[in-house]
Amino acid sequence: MSSGTENHTPVSLRGLSADDPHLQPAARNPERVEKVIVFNFVLGIFFGLLFIVAYIQNWQPWILGGAMAGCLTLLGIGLIAWGKYLMPRGPFVEERHEFRNTDEDRSAFAAAIVQRGGGLVKRRKLLTGLFAGGMGVFSLGAVFPLLRSLGPMPKGTLFHTDWRKDSYAVDITGRRVLVGDLAVGAIVTVFPEGEQDTENGQAVDQTVLIRISNQDFTTMKGRETWGPQGILAYSKLCTHLGCPVGLYEQQLQLLVCPCHQSMFDVNNGAVPQFGPAPRPLPQLPIYIDADGYIRAQSDYREPVGPGFWERA
Amino acid sequence: MTDVLETKRSKKLAKGPFGSVGHALNELDDRLGTAKVGRTFLDKIFPDHWSFMLGEIALYSFVILLVTGIFLALYYIPSTAIVTYKGEYLPLYGQKVTEAFASTVDLSFAVRGGLLMRQMHHWACDIFVGAIVVHMARVFFTGAFRKPRELNWTIGTTLLTLAIVNGFLGYSLPDDLVSGTGIRIAYSIILSIPVVGSYIGFWVFGGNFPGTMVIPRFFVLHEFIVPLLILGLVGAHLALLVRQKHTQFPGPGKTEENVVGTPMFPVFMAKTTGFLLLVAGVTALLGAFAQINPIWQFGQYHAANISYAVQPDWYMGFLDGALRIWPSWTFHSFGHTIAFNILIPSVILPGIVFGIAYAWPAVERKLTGDNAIHHLLDRPSDRAVRTSLGVTLLAYLMMLFIASSTDVIANFFHVSLDAVLWAMRILVVLVPLIAYPMTYKICKEMQNFKGAGKRKTTNVVSRTTEGEYVSAASPRYVDDIPAHLAPIPVPTYIEEVQAPANDADGNGTRVVDR
Repeated sequence: MSSGTENHTPVSLRGLSADDPHLQPAARNPERVEKVIVFNFVLGIFFGLLFIVAYIQNWQPWILGGAMAGCLTLLGIGLIAWGKYLMPRGPFVEERHEFRNTDEDRSAFAAAIVQRGGGLVKRRKLLTGLFAGGMGVFSLGAVFPLLRSLGPMPKGTLFHTDWRKDSYAVDITGRRVLVGDLAVGAIVTVFPEGEQDTENGQAVDQTVLIRISNQDFTTMKGRETWGPQGILAYSKLCTHLGCPVGLYEQQLQLLVCPCHQSMFDVNNGAVPQFGPAPRPLPQLPIYIDADGYIRAQSDYREPVGPGFWERA
Repeated sequence: MTDVLETKRSKKLAKGPFGSVGHALNELDDRLGTAKVGRTFLDKIFPDHWSFMLGEIALYSFVILLVTGIFLALYYIPSTAIVTYKGEYLPLYGQKVTEAFASTVDLSFAVRGGLLMRQMHHWACDIFVGAIVVHMARVFFTGAFRKPRELNWTIGTTLLTLAIVNGFLGYSLPDDLVSGTGIRIAYSIILSIPVVGSYIGFWVFGGNFPGTMVIPRFFVLHEFIVPLLILGLVGAHLALLVRQKHTQFPGPGKTEENVVGTPMFPVFMAKTTGFLLLVAGVTALLGAFAQINPIWQFGQYHAANISYAVQPDWYMGFLDGALRIWPSWTFHSFGHTIAFNILIPSVILPGIVFGIAYAWPAVERKLTGDNAIHHLLDRPSDRAVRTSLGVTLLAYLMMLFIASSTDVIANFFHVSLDAVLWAMRILVVLVPLIAYPMTYKICKEMQNFKGAGKRKTTNVVSRTTEGEYVSAASPRYVDDIPAHLAPIPVPTYIEEVQAPANDADGNGTRVVDR
């Protein structure tokens, strides 16, 4: 058990008689344990063969997986039992060695860095400064284009949608929505015409039309013309985290976001009634043209979706 | 050939007592000097305790993740190009889907063993993160992170972070309705970061959400960059473990200067290899019988569609729960918005939780003034303050996790969502506040318990014919560490028991057969 002088390996070059109690198996009845392990291994091999057959025959995944599980589990348990019960039980010991070196070694190491290295830097301040500056300039030069070419600048993208003055509201198939399509209580998801199957149209322009009555409806002061014949258009992007506000609770006139359960009051400008959403859903000003089509008066008057730094 | 000595037996004798294996090892030692260091490695002692297996579960589920992940990467196509699905799953036949979604469905149904591999991959990920968390709790509560192991604690915490990140990235790859919603939420979280949020968002996504870049980029991160980082850090984690040796619980013969247990070779190697197979077997069992993430039922992601009961994988639950119950506070003035309702629960809160984890070893050193080297573990009840603080944090995270299913709870118990939300808001504060004094009290009680930490021996009580009760110690358990034996170093040679004289040629007492 002596730790050598210079030698840090805890190896003792001594032998041990095979009948030493440390080398005996832990099991009280090794023969019986061995039988159990044999049973495990044999059954494991059987499952392994079944796995091969299941793969060749293209059997159901659960048979394939079950066979694999049986094979691995049984072989694993057998091997663990072998190690635990039939191999030398010990206990064996190993010395720890202090990591700490002698004071001389430590100060020699510190001296190498502080004196040899630090002295170098102190003596040639100009060179050090210039080299550090050069590396700094290169790092900036290398990092900025890399970041910059990952994607475009946001610019005004987050502030606008594809809704324009006189855009037709179309459903997901691209069919223009007529006022007669919407009975009272109906809801439909619409997009500005031409954007119903684009990435941006889906993700940003998505809007719900809800008909809450047959009369022109004003949700808020200043929105007198926005709800012709009781049809209201709200952005479908939740103002919390941008999930589609896909649930409409007709009795309570609430739009509900399934992600984090924000609820918006449809009758009162989609003001949040409950949950973590901070702002009302933006309302899209719409009108009904002479042919009965639902069209936008303009883009949304405020950015849709969740909050971000540049948003006023 | 020259004379009669060139027999099989004489050749064997000429090679020395360890045969051709010994010869090969000697050749290796000539070139690399492996004999001593190799021997040290084989003699490395592993202390026996069930809680030391938790880290092994994490390691082995990572191995399973690598193997099954390579399989999946052979068939998965990271592209958002739109194709018409013409595969084996009839309900989707003819639908316009992305290549990412189509290839995931195809590798589940058309590739032999593909569904099993995919489900095993997903299960192994859930087990991986779970095992890391439990392993970390073990290290925390027993004080295994103390000097000199702070660096390994830091590496471990980083591994947990990377595991969670990579789990989320992989979950996003099939481009199904549920995971797409998750990406949308992640994008909104990035947007909420003050000043730079929208720029980072545009750089990560290559433009406004969703764009076409996010799936290929997540793929590169998920199957290349992050696994490489994890692999490197796992290597460092294990290298430090070998260098610093294991901690051990106090017990007979165990001191700060030694490690008592079983040697690497062959005992630990057999047990741990068996354990690898067992972990793989259980994962295969789950993959075979427990369906996970059936994306063909969710369908292709469309930004304007949504499904009910949208929940992430369990390890993201605490974030989702925090987002649900945090009030809708935002700041907007001076032409700017700071979305505190997103920023606090999803950026600042995990920042604080992981910050505490990273800082804890240093904090504890400061608080206790204990700068000594520790190799013997604490009993959690002996460190009442630390244990109570750990339980408090876990209780807090657990409450946030439960809060991520407010809608399901409300639906299941037929209570109003409002009531569930407020209940969770209160419980998130209340439960940790109760958890601390409760844990502290239990720890103190356990400290006063006589014989705490000692293994209790059972007694067999029998009644004699005279009616007298006699108690006697029961026979020891099979797996009891034999207390009557003093721990000894692993022997170099095993010498045969004094053999009968006719055996071998007199000096061949050294055998390697164990």
